[in-house]
Amino acid sequence: MTKYPFTEKKDTRSGFGAGMTELGRTNPNVVTLCADLVGSLKIDTFIKENPERFIQCGIAEANMIGVAAGLTIGGKIPFATTFANFGSSRVYDQIRQSVAYSDKNVKIAVSHAGLTLGEDGATHQILEDLAMMRSLPNMTVINPCDFNQTKAATLAAAEHKGPVYLRFGRPVVPVFTSPDQKFEIGKAWMVSEGKDVSIFATGHLVWEAIQACEILEAKGISAEIINIHTIKPLDEKAILKSVRKTKCVVSCEEHQMNGGLGDAIAQTLAKNFLAPQEYVAVDNSFGESGTPAQLMEKYGLNAATIVEKALKVISRKG
Amino acid sequence: MQTKELQDIASQVRRDIVRMVHGCQSGHPGGSLGCTDVIVGLYFQQMKINNRRGKGGFLTFNMDATNEDLFFLSNGHISPVFYSVLSHRGYFDKAELATFRKINSRLQGHPTTHEHLPGIRIASGSLGQGMSVAIGAALAKRLNGEKTTVYCLMGDGEQQEGQVWEAAQAAPHHKLDNLVGIIDLNGQQIDGPTEKVMSNRDLKAKYKAFGWNVMEIKDGNDMEQVVAGLRKAKRLLGKGQPVMILLRTEMGAGVDFMMGSHKWHGVAPNDEQLAAALAQLPETLGDY
Repeated sequence: MTKYPFTEKKDTRSGFGAGMTELGRTNPNVVTLCADLVGSLKIDTFIKENPERFIQCGIAEANMIGVAAGLTIGGKIPFATTFANFGSSRVYDQIRQSVAYSDKNVKIAVSHAGLTLGEDGATHQILEDLAMMRSLPNMTVINPCDFNQTKAATLAAAEHKGPVYLRFGRPVVPVFTSPDQKFEIGKAWMVSEGKDVSIFATGHLVWEAIQACEILEAKGISAEIINIHTIKPLDEKAILKSVRKTKCVVSCEEHQMNGGLGDAIAQTLAKNFLAPQEYVAVDNSFGESGTPAQLMEKYGLNAATIVEKALKVISRKG
Repeated sequence: MQTKELQDIASQVRRDIVRMVHGCQSGHPGGSLGCTDVIVGLYFQQMKINNRRGKGGFLTFNMDATNEDLFFLSNGHISPVFYSVLSHRGYFDKAELATFRKINSRLQGHPTTHEHLPGIRIASGSLGQGMSVAIGAALAKRLNGEKTTVYCLMGDGEQQEGQVWEAAQAAPHHKLDNLVGIIDLNGQQIDGPTEKVMSNRDLKAKYKAFGWNVMEIKDGNDMEQVVAGLRKAKRLLGKGQPVMILLRTEMGAGVDFMMGSHKWHGVAPNDEQLAAALAQLPETLGDY
């Protein structure tokens, strides 16, 4: 398998912040909005360097989404930022009507997605946002896996014309993707080629999948790891090419089993090429307080579970 | 434009409204009739909009609205009046009004950008969202160094939505003195009088407390008062505060049997009622 040595750990939200710093310097149309979470979103440098292009919205997310939609009418590229929970489920109707249906060039950039938000508990741990956002026509949904990919995705979101939901997280995780990568929306990234099982992972689960791949290799199993950073539009071509080879699938996401990446892949398989699939996802449950690592272990979102599911799905192959 | 000319346009718009709603046997005539005068006043008198004409002799429509005044209809269910005014102003052929709410039409039940109808810049219908969008547009105009004005019309029942108050606190906070809000105070909503359904209490005091410069138009169905009020609102801009106009209207204005109750909020007239309504509204610019 392809090895991914890393020298440092960083949070994906800081990758977003670094992307915004660059956009602040290179794209005069980029405007940032935030609902009282500037420190958490790592946009301090953007604000310091472009105070006139920052709009503090206070704890009023519904209004923030509408304001972002209005800014696009004057040619701006607004990034509306908050926690993933408050930037998706809390404002679903605002996103639906004023952004997606109106096809406005709004970027909803949200941090602290999923269980790894940690100690704040289930009220803040959104696990349904990918399902909500991928069901919206016109919406592009991106969930990058490390600092460098999040920065690159931020730059790509600004270039893309149309609504984008860009989801990232709070904890520090290994930085293993290239710092000068070109992020292509909708194009899956081949992390490591293999032949026995296709492991499709998004967000923080990509690193776990790489760990799982090493464990499987030691057991004599060749796993193919593909990073689906763009949940919508889904790279069906890459998925089908891999599954036609391996004949079985494990999908991995920090999200509910219902409606997320796994279901998007299952839909593709159902329409094109039937193959057994196992899900690494939260099984119809809310989260709870704890450290990110404790939560990922308790809810089965780690390398050990990926290995277990990979062995199981291989045994299901006809 | 003379008041008489504006009144003539309003009369034709009212005919269009009742005919459109009758044509598809659905839609919202009451609020549309009540807001006819203010929307005509805005589009034919007050607002600075691009008058360049392009293909088919229709107005050239630019989504970005650079150096144009902007209007947002937050209470999107009064789409008939909006569509009629946009067509008479020159955005599209008035013949298209006949397609209102019908399959494959650009004139959806509630306004939308989705079908690319010229003149529409945001979808509205799910209430409470328009003012937030107007604030964003006003911020963009300020960032772009424009001296233009953004208008946003809301319903009084709509004031019950929480997002309205998120927007109400944001506009004065950002000192948006290029923004004019208008509330259609007709006192009615689907389930009955607003006072009974969910009282707005004192909207004037509320908006003042939020930091708006609040003014009233006592009779929002008197074109002279409407035009004078819109001019006054414009004069109040540029002083560090957004302006809110409390516009007192009569739901169903112009059609006697549609006035004075919430009954015609979302009900279409039958053939007989249509004839009775049209008899009260002179055809001034030609029916579609």
